[in-house]
Amino acid sequence: MTLPDIRHYTFNFGPQHPAAHGVLRLILEVDGETIIHADPHVGLLHRATEKLAESKPYNHTIGYMDRLDYVSMMCNEHGYVLAIEKLLGITPPLRAQYIRVMFDEMTRLLNHLLWLGAHGLDIGAMSMFLYCFREREDLLDCYEAVSGSRMHATYYRPGGVYRDLPVNMPQYKPSLWHSKKEVAALNENRQGSLLDFIWDFTERFPERVASYETLLTHNRIWKQRTVNIGVISPERAIAMGFSGPMLRGSGVAWDLRKKQPYEVYDQLDFAIPVGVNGDCYDRYLVRVEEMKQSNHIIRQCVNWLRQNPGPVMIENHKVAPPTRVDMKKKMESLIHHFKLMTEGYALPVGEAYAAIEHPKGEFGVYLISDGANKPYRLKIRAAGFAHLAALNEMVKGHMIADVVAILSSLDIVFGEIDR
Amino acid sequence: MMMAEFVLIGTILLKIIAMVIVLLLAVAYLTFMERKVIGYMQQRIGPNRIGPLGLLQPIADVVKLLNKEIIIPSASNRFLFMIAPMISIFTALAAWAAIPLDQAFVLANINAGVLYIFALSSLGVYGILIAGWASNSKYALFGAMRAAAQSISYEIAMGFAIVGVMMAAGSLNFQAIIHAQAGGIWHWYWLPLFPLWMVYWISGVAETNRAPFDVAEGESELVAGFHVEYSGSMFALFFLAEYINMILISTLAAILFFGGWLSPFEGIPGLETAFAWVPGVVWLLIKLAFFVFCYLWFRATFPRYRYDQIMRLGWKILIPVTLVWIVVIALAVQWQVGPWFTGV
Repeated sequence: MTLPDIRHYTFNFGPQHPAAHGVLRLILEVDGETIIHADPHVGLLHRATEKLAESKPYNHTIGYMDRLDYVSMMCNEHGYVLAIEKLLGITPPLRAQYIRVMFDEMTRLLNHLLWLGAHGLDIGAMSMFLYCFREREDLLDCYEAVSGSRMHATYYRPGGVYRDLPVNMPQYKPSLWHSKKEVAALNENRQGSLLDFIWDFTERFPERVASYETLLTHNRIWKQRTVNIGVISPERAIAMGFSGPMLRGSGVAWDLRKKQPYEVYDQLDFAIPVGVNGDCYDRYLVRVEEMKQSNHIIRQCVNWLRQNPGPVMIENHKVAPPTRVDMKKKMESLIHHFKLMTEGYALPVGEAYAAIEHPKGEFGVYLISDGANKPYRLKIRAAGFAHLAALNEMVKGHMIADVVAILSSLDIVFGEIDR
Repeated sequence: MMMAEFVLIGTILLKIIAMVIVLLLAVAYLTFMERKVIGYMQQRIGPNRIGPLGLLQPIADVVKLLNKEIIIPSASNRFLFMIAPMISIFTALAAWAAIPLDQAFVLANINAGVLYIFALSSLGVYGILIAGWASNSKYALFGAMRAAAQSISYEIAMGFAIVGVMMAAGSLNFQAIIHAQAGGIWHWYWLPLFPLWMVYWISGVAETNRAPFDVAEGESELVAGFHVEYSGSMFALFFLAEYINMILISTLAAILFFGGWLSPFEGIPGLETAFAWVPGVVWLLIKLAFFVFCYLWFRATFPRYRYDQIMRLGWKILIPVTLVWIVVIALAVQWQVGPWFTGV
């Protein structure tokens, strides 16, 4: 007599699953509720961003960058724009650098707020999701004010930013659904410039973060669900190419803003929070603290930007388009405009890698130019890809509910991973 | 002779129909209340489009659910798949027969009322278990297994909590339990049986598979758990059963620990006579509404427990607490500790 062949239970987690964060397909092998093996399948959101970039002038690809990690749009643009600037050997004006840093940090808030909301929702604290979206609303209004688009801004350009910050914050108008009185209340903090609006946001944001922490940080259930779940040691985290909060959660103080400062980060005051245990709870704490630090950075930028008006785009019209006024008067400007709008600009032959501290980790763009007006090859280093690759190691031995907690603590977005 | 029997049966049937209609309406507006309460807790306004203040929303939901196609998975066990929601709704409704709504109004004033309700709430697990098994879906099976394990474990803690009440009241009849609590708010059993009340309430929330113990449906893990394959009116039956059970557990909490239909002003001079005209059912409604509100409050506040943590809480914390307190009550009843245990 032979014993029956007992196999582990295998089931599909996603791609249609409320906690799959997009279109992840996990094949879980379980023994009871304990995970034996997790096999992540990626590629269901592949949009060939890298290949598309090879057939377009450089500036056309900025918009595609927004769509990679669609919750931290401007940071993606930043990485791409930096790579181009590196090959061209240009530096944007100081004001543009401050604007970029400010919007990078606002993007970090956007990303971490969405992450916190989704993490809460995955662990069952559904109210967090709506609280976080309330804050995101204001930040997206800033995106809209500056670029005209709430998500896919296409605001950063090689050589600076598309245009200066608006002097007036757009206001709500009375409608069928909102009376004059309601609209007046909504517009209360929109009376001044965009910078005033952002300042007002940074004034109230720390209290809001503190109230989220009262709901979660010392909550016994929250701690039971996250402490010692998905532990990753600093050595393994480095070995597997972790970056960003995932690496700092394990206690490695690595942050490109400090270690390889770009733009004006070396002139700003901020701290790098690190975790101790490398579990879901530490990663949660690190991200919450990062939100507070970002708020601090935004305030410094607002102060600087208020006092220092100036150009936000370089004067080199081989890269940046001339003004409309110049085009009407100067032959040369008209030619520059025509050349830029039809064939763009060519990059010198060479290679460049530019990386920024993206909210999710190191976001790098590797650019090879053969001297044409479009890249020979564009390679995007997505932080989430390395994190997802470590999923099996992190979930092994945990339970099904922990897979959800660990998965959302990775903070993955499939636009970025599948590209 | 025959005539009298027909009249009797007729009145009982009428009472049952009235009860069921009231319950269904209560559930419909409980869903509305849930969406509104959680909505305001989450800084939004909830449904407000259909009817004045959105009050017709539950009606629209019912119409929607009834119009939807019932999909029966081809790999499922057809008979069991169909019968599972019926078991759920049957046990949820039948339990109400023994619930006293007022001094005079109870469908069946049976002596073992507590046991009857307890038996029916245990049977309700079969609905979930059969649904999960018959669906032949992996997620549903996980949900069913979790629900079964959870309900059975918490039934024990809940049972011991109720044993404490039975010992204190010296009866299994609901009316007798309520009468034993007469004498004002400090005579209700929540005070002398405080640990048991806590255990009962936690177990009650777990028993109905509601947040933070909603692992059987665990939206973010098991999508919808045991009823993942159900649609349309068959899903509606599970939904109804869940909400009827919520109201039942809240009502039981009010009856067993908060004096049922007794007035909270009993024994307070002046107030007692001033509120003497209020029918008992109103007091009961106020009490149960508070507990139902707590259900919604928990859902908006707490993260979800993990399956094994729920088991640990049930077996290692709640059951030992009840065991200890049962001994305490036994001694108190034996020595007639006043003012609560003198009359037993």
